[in-house]
Amino acid sequence: MSFFLNFPLFIIILSLMTAVTSSLLKEKAARVLTLALAAVAAVLNLLTLAYTAAEGKSFTYLMGHYPHPWGNELKFGILEPLFAAAFAAVLFLSVLGGKKQLDQKLEHSKGRFYYVLCDLVLVSLTALVYTNDIFTGYVFIEICTLSSCGLLLIRQNGRTILASVRYMMFSLIGSGLFLFGVIFLYSLTGHLLLPNLKESIAVLNASGERRLPLLAAVSLITIGISVKSGLAPFHLWMADTYGAALPSSSGILSGLVSKGYAFFLIKLVFDAFGPAFFYTSGVQNILFAFGVLGILLGSVGALRENNIFRMNAYSSAAQIGYIYMGIGLSATMGIEAALFQILTHALTKPAIFLASAGLSDSAGGAKKFHNLQGTGFMNPFAGVSFSFEAFSMIGLPFTMGFISKYLFGMAAFDSTHNKMIPTLIALALSTILNTLYFARTILRIYNTPENGGTVRVPIRQQKNFFIAGSLFALANLFFGIFARPFIAFLADGLRIF
Amino acid sequence: MLTALWNNRIEVVAVILFAVGFSTLLLHRNLLKKVIGLNIMDTAAYLFLTSLGYIRDRLSPIITDGATDPEAYVNPLPAGLVLTGIVVSVSVTAVMLGLTLRLYKRYHTLNLDEIYRMTHEEQEAER
Repeated sequence: MSFFLNFPLFIIILSLMTAVTSSLLKEKAARVLTLALAAVAAVLNLLTLAYTAAEGKSFTYLMGHYPHPWGNELKFGILEPLFAAAFAAVLFLSVLGGKKQLDQKLEHSKGRFYYVLCDLVLVSLTALVYTNDIFTGYVFIEICTLSSCGLLLIRQNGRTILASVRYMMFSLIGSGLFLFGVIFLYSLTGHLLLPNLKESIAVLNASGERRLPLLAAVSLITIGISVKSGLAPFHLWMADTYGAALPSSSGILSGLVSKGYAFFLIKLVFDAFGPAFFYTSGVQNILFAFGVLGILLGSVGALRENNIFRMNAYSSAAQIGYIYMGIGLSATMGIEAALFQILTHALTKPAIFLASAGLSDSAGGAKKFHNLQGTGFMNPFAGVSFSFEAFSMIGLPFTMGFISKYLFGMAAFDSTHNKMIPTLIALALSTILNTLYFARTILRIYNTPENGGTVRVPIRQQKNFFIAGSLFALANLFFGIFARPFIAFLADGLRIF
Repeated sequence: MLTALWNNRIEVVAVILFAVGFSTLLLHRNLLKKVIGLNIMDTAAYLFLTSLGYIRDRLSPIITDGATDPEAYVNPLPAGLVLTGIVVSVSVTAVMLGLTLRLYKRYHTLNLDEIYRMTHEEQEAER
């Protein structure tokens, strides 16, 4: 059904229309509409995926049938619809699972705007994943920044405003670098569409002309995107941001927004820079080094925290380090590991944030570890959900976290000697540190509280969180157990990227 | 070297402005100056892009006097990009100024270190 090829554009238009409509509705109706939109987007993406996977090639979709250089294009093979579907599904589950906190902590006059922002995050992520034009990518990067800043800001106290300011600062530094890089690249090649860029860069690379400006452009773009994702040492905003935001917002920001940027970078590496140029440019080594640094700084930061949400935030920084380490490692196995890690983290971290919020609420809003004692007994489902997702983070077998770490290990053995040793050391160290800080948390929440008496939060009071948490865990187990065919599928997708 | 710099003087100025804006955004402690730095940085990018689109002795890309030869006109794309970019940077600036205002009303200072210290105290007082 070649009609399925229209679906990506439909999703983008539908999300924009939903955003406008939601702003006119009441809070509850806006939430239903957003959840419906995310579900529909996930299904439509999967239908597109079914078609492209059956055809086994990638398609270029001309918007309004205007060819290059007048028209704008979308391009998608297997990976784009797969990741867009995953992003939509995770957005759905994050909003669904965080419903209780959204009801309690959102000001009701502003409630509907929260869902407008969710719709805008969805449209910008979808467009980032599908676009075939680097400047369109820039515009949607900025839309994504503004709407995710809004997700933080919707609950206003001093710290969320400061967190948003810090988030915006780092984001704007990143997008400024990205924009300048794009302009450099445009002045060198005269193109903005990715396939034309790839051709021109290959010609420039073969002739050896203007090597320095080309390198500058590619490194500005790469560094810009990685700053926006929160790669160390630009990860410091994360702790403030995720520590102060609503659990749904933290889940969307750490699980989706940073990952959307990373996916866009992978797309640029394959479709615009060309792996042949990128993996001889030296930029990949910078990414690798900062990825390893991010893993270590993030893990040590998490270990030093005594606030559960800030610990999760530092752990996110470490996970982003993994993704960039994978991109830096190699064009095949490294990128495969990075792609798998994007999915792993997108399915794990939002669930951890939701579970942490459940634990924290059962202790009357406490965030520090010594006040969270025994919360695993008070809110049994949140405790189980937190522990399971923590096991996935540590990398116990049958979870996606294990497969991620296995893939990084394999990619390390496949790469050059001077990258193999640091990767393995980073993997080993971060696994130890992960175990330390998650084990500490799990021990705390299952420690009998001093005052003895506890009030249990039954599942029927948190149905939505139960559904979302269970689905996150089931998806994690599913991809953790049936990893081999799925990795083969990712590899196919990479081949036709 | 010097002639090359002179021939590309607009680009050189744009790069210097970009660096000024970037370092202001990154290093200054005053929130308003950070916003100004952001604007300088964006404007530098647009200056660079505009100078690429301008070709001496060519017309703006609107057909005048029946001249349909593309050689008579400049490339309209950079101007289009600059316009899009300006829209983006205006909205970002508006959001940043709104945030700055909120912070100032709450903490009565624009110094980011001071604000950070105060929120840190709030956080320590939390359970």
